[in-house]
Amino acid sequence: MATLREIRRRIASIKNIAQVTGAMRVVAAARLRRAQENILATRPFAEKFNTILGHLIAQIENPSHPLLEERELHHVCLISVSADRGLCGSFNSNVIRATTQRAQHYQDQGADVMIVCVGRRTRDYFARRDYNVIAEYVNIFRQLEFQTAVDIVGEFEHLYTDKRIDKVEVIYNNFKSAILQTILVEQLLPLTPEVPTGDEFFLDYLYEPRQEAIFELVLAKHLNMQMWKVLLDSNAAEQAARMAAMENATRNANDLIDQLILERNRARQTQITTEISEIVSGAAALEG
Amino acid sequence: MLEKRFHVEIRTPQRLIYEGEVLSVRAPGILSSFEILAGHIPFLTVFDIGEIRIRESDTPQSIATSGGVFEVLRTGVTVLADTAEWTYELDVERAEAARQRAIERLASRDSEIDQMRAEAALARAANRIKIASQ
Repeated sequence: MATLREIRRRIASIKNIAQVTGAMRVVAAARLRRAQENILATRPFAEKFNTILGHLIAQIENPSHPLLEERELHHVCLISVSADRGLCGSFNSNVIRATTQRAQHYQDQGADVMIVCVGRRTRDYFARRDYNVIAEYVNIFRQLEFQTAVDIVGEFEHLYTDKRIDKVEVIYNNFKSAILQTILVEQLLPLTPEVPTGDEFFLDYLYEPRQEAIFELVLAKHLNMQMWKVLLDSNAAEQAARMAAMENATRNANDLIDQLILERNRARQTQITTEISEIVSGAAALEG
Repeated sequence: MLEKRFHVEIRTPQRLIYEGEVLSVRAPGILSSFEILAGHIPFLTVFDIGEIRIRESDTPQSIATSGGVFEVLRTGVTVLADTAEWTYELDVERAEAARQRAIERLASRDSEIDQMRAEAALARAANRIKIASQ
C-alpha cells in the first residue's frame, strides 16, 4: 500500500492537472464563442453572394464551365482538415481515419490520390507515411483569414482545370452544435450546381466583361467561399471538441482526487491506530 | 442642385466595411477603373486588386481591396470584396514585410504556381502600401 506521503503527493499533482485542464476548457469556450461569431459574420456575405450567383445562373441558358466538368477518375485530391493542436478528443483521429478510408476507396478504384493537409495534425500523420502530400497549411487557425481559403483553393483549382486531377473532396469536422461534431466528406470539384435556384423575376444585368467571363470568375469565388466555410466550421468544431474533452478530463481528475482523499484518510487512520496500539502495548509492558 | 444619393454596401467574408448613402463609388474593374453614380442600370462585374473610393461628400474615402464582385441593382450597389481595409486601418509595416517576403520568394522559388502566387502577394502588398501613402 502507498505511503501517506506518496498519496499526498499524488493528490497535489492531480489537483494541478485539474487546474490546467479547467483553464484549457475556459480558453476553448472563449475561442468557441469567437469561432461562432466568425461564422455569423460571414453569413450576410454568403447570402448576398448566393443571390448574385443565382441571378447569374438564371440568365445562363446552359451553364458549362471547366469547373463543372465531370471526368473519369484517374487522379483524386483529398483535402484533409484537422486542428493544429491535440487535446481535443477524437477530433483529429476521426479526420485522419476518414481520410485514409477515402484514399483507400479511390485507390481501390485504381485512382491516384493526392492529399492537401490543413492543420498540423494531418500534416504530421500523412507526411510521415506513404502518401502523396502536395501541399500543407499549418498554424492557420489561430488567426483565420479569408486569404488562407483562397490560397488553399489555389492549390488544386489549376490542377483541376489543367486536368491533372479529376475530383476534389474535402474531409472535415462539421460543427453541428457545441456538443455534436460530425465528420463530413464534401465534393468541391467538379462543382455540383445545386447552387441557389435562379430568381425568375430578375431582369438581366449589363456585364463587363462578357457574361461567360464573369460567370467563370464568380464560380471561382464560389469555391473560395466553400473552402472558407469549411475552415470556419472545422475551427468551431475543434474548439467545441476541446471544450468537451477538457471538461471530461477535469471531471475525471476530480473523481480521482476524491478517491485518493478516501485512500489518504484510510492510510492516516491506519497509521494512528498503529501508533496508539504501540503506545498502549508499550505502557502495558512497563506496568507488567 | 442637390446631388442624388444611392445605397452602397461593402462587405468582406469577415465583416461589414461600409453601409450608407453615397454620391458615387469607384472600383478597380478588371478592364479599367469605373465609377458608378445614382440611377445606373443593373450591372455585374468583377474587380481586381486596387482601390475602392466612395464619396459621401466632397472628400472621397479610400478602401484598399484585393478584388471581388460588384453588383449594381436598382435598389443600390453591393460590393463583395475578398479583403478590404480603410486607409486608416492599413498596417504599413505588415504590408512592407509581406512585400519583402514576396520579393524573396520571387527570387528563390522556381515552380510556376509559387511564382504566380508570390506575384499576387506582391501586388496586394504594393497596393496597400500605395493607398496608405496617399
